[in-house]
Amino acid sequence: MKDNLIKYILGIADNSLILGQRLGELCGHGPNLETDIALTNISLDLLGQTRNYYQYIAKLKGEGKTEDDIAFMRSEREYLNVLLVEQPNDHFGFVIARQFYFDVFHYLLIDRLQNSNDETLAAIAKKGLKEVSYHLRFSSDWVKRLGDGTPESHQKMQEAINDRWVFTNELFLKTAADEAMIKAGVGVDVSEFKESYYQKVTQVLNEATLTVPDEKYFQKGGKEGIHSEHMGYILAELQYMQKSYPNLKW
Amino acid sequence: MTYQKQYIEKELISVLETVSDPEIPVLTIIDMGVVREAKKVDEIIKVSITPTYSGCPAMDVIGDDIIKAFDNVGKKAIVDLVLSPAWTTDWITSKGRKALEDYGIAAPLSPSADKEVLLGEKRLVKCPNCSSTKTVVVSQFGSTACKALFKCEDCKEPFDYFKCL
Repeated sequence: MKDNLIKYILGIADNSLILGQRLGELCGHGPNLETDIALTNISLDLLGQTRNYYQYIAKLKGEGKTEDDIAFMRSEREYLNVLLVEQPNDHFGFVIARQFYFDVFHYLLIDRLQNSNDETLAAIAKKGLKEVSYHLRFSSDWVKRLGDGTPESHQKMQEAINDRWVFTNELFLKTAADEAMIKAGVGVDVSEFKESYYQKVTQVLNEATLTVPDEKYFQKGGKEGIHSEHMGYILAELQYMQKSYPNLKW
Repeated sequence: MTYQKQYIEKELISVLETVSDPEIPVLTIIDMGVVREAKKVDEIIKVSITPTYSGCPAMDVIGDDIIKAFDNVGKKAIVDLVLSPAWTTDWITSKGRKALEDYGIAAPLSPSADKEVLLGEKRLVKCPNCSSTKTVVVSQFGSTACKALFKCEDCKEPFDYFKCL
C-alpha cells in the first residue's frame, strides 16, 4: 500500500518538478519581460506544489528522509514523469504547446484529486487548483494569439502543436500503482476525463485557427521510468549541487 | 494538515501584528489572513500559517519572523504550515485592502469579476494612483505570483493588481 501510494504521488509530483525545471531554464531568456516573468511564476507554482508532494512522501518514507532526498538523490529510472514535460524549450511555440497540453491535463487531474480520500493529497490539490487555473488561462491564451496571429506565428505554433501531440496519450496510461490507488479511493482514474481533455484541446485549437493533429502513433515510457534522451541532461543540471557536495544545505 | 476555523488568542495578536509580508511590507500577516491559529500551550506559542501560493517564497521568512517576534518578548514559538482550507484573497481584512491600495497595489475583486477583468472583458480594476477604471491587463503574472500587471490608460502608470485566489 505504502509503496504504491509513494509511486502514485511521484507520478504526479515529478511532472511538476521537471516542467518547473524546464521553465526555470527560461528565467531571463523569455521573449519579452512579461512572458519571462509569467513563465517563471508558473515554474514557481509548480515547484511549490512539488515540495508539498515531496514533503508528504518524505513523511511516508520516514528514516529521516527529506524533500531534498526525493528531489535530488534519485536515479533517472526512478523519476516517473511523462515524456511531455521533459521535452526541450526550443522556440517559444514549443514552450507554449508543451504548457498547454500539460495544463489542460493538470487542471482536470487535480480538480478530481480534490476528492481523494487521502486528506493530504486532497489539500495539496485544492491549493494547487487555484494556481493551475491561471496557468491554463495563460497557455490557452498564447495558443490562440500565436495560432491566430501572423502567418509566421501560425506556422510555428502549428509545428509545435503537431510535434508535441505524440506525447499527449501517455498522460492517460495507467501504471500498476495508479490502478491500486484508484481502487483504494486515493487516486484519480485518468481515463474518466480523457474525452474531456481532447475536447478542450480541440476547442482551443479551433479557436486558434490551428489544425488538430490526427497522428495515431504515440510515445510513451516516462511513467515507467524510461525517459527520452533529454532527461539525463535535465538531471545533470538539477542534481549537480547535491551530487558534487552531498548533503549540502542552504 | 487541516483545521476547522481561524482561532487566534487575543493577547497574541499584538505580537503577530509586528510581522509583515516581506514582499508587501505594508501588509501584516494578520491583515493578510495567513495566520489561521495561534494559541499558548504549556508556555509555548503554537502558530499555524497557511501559504498564499504553494510556491510562495515568503512563507519560510514569515515563519522565521514569527519565531523572532515572540523571542523578542521572551516567548518561545513554534510555527506549523497548514494547507487546508486553502488561503483565499477573501481573508484579507478591510484594513489590509486599504493598506494595499495606499501602497499602490489594486486590491482583489470578487472571483467572477476577476475572471472577466483578466480576460479583458470588463474594466473594473481601479488605478491606485488616479482611481480611473480605464485600465488594461499587461500580463496575468506580475512581480510576484500573486499579482497581475496592469496599466492605467489615463495616468499611464503601470501598477500591480492582487489576483483573486
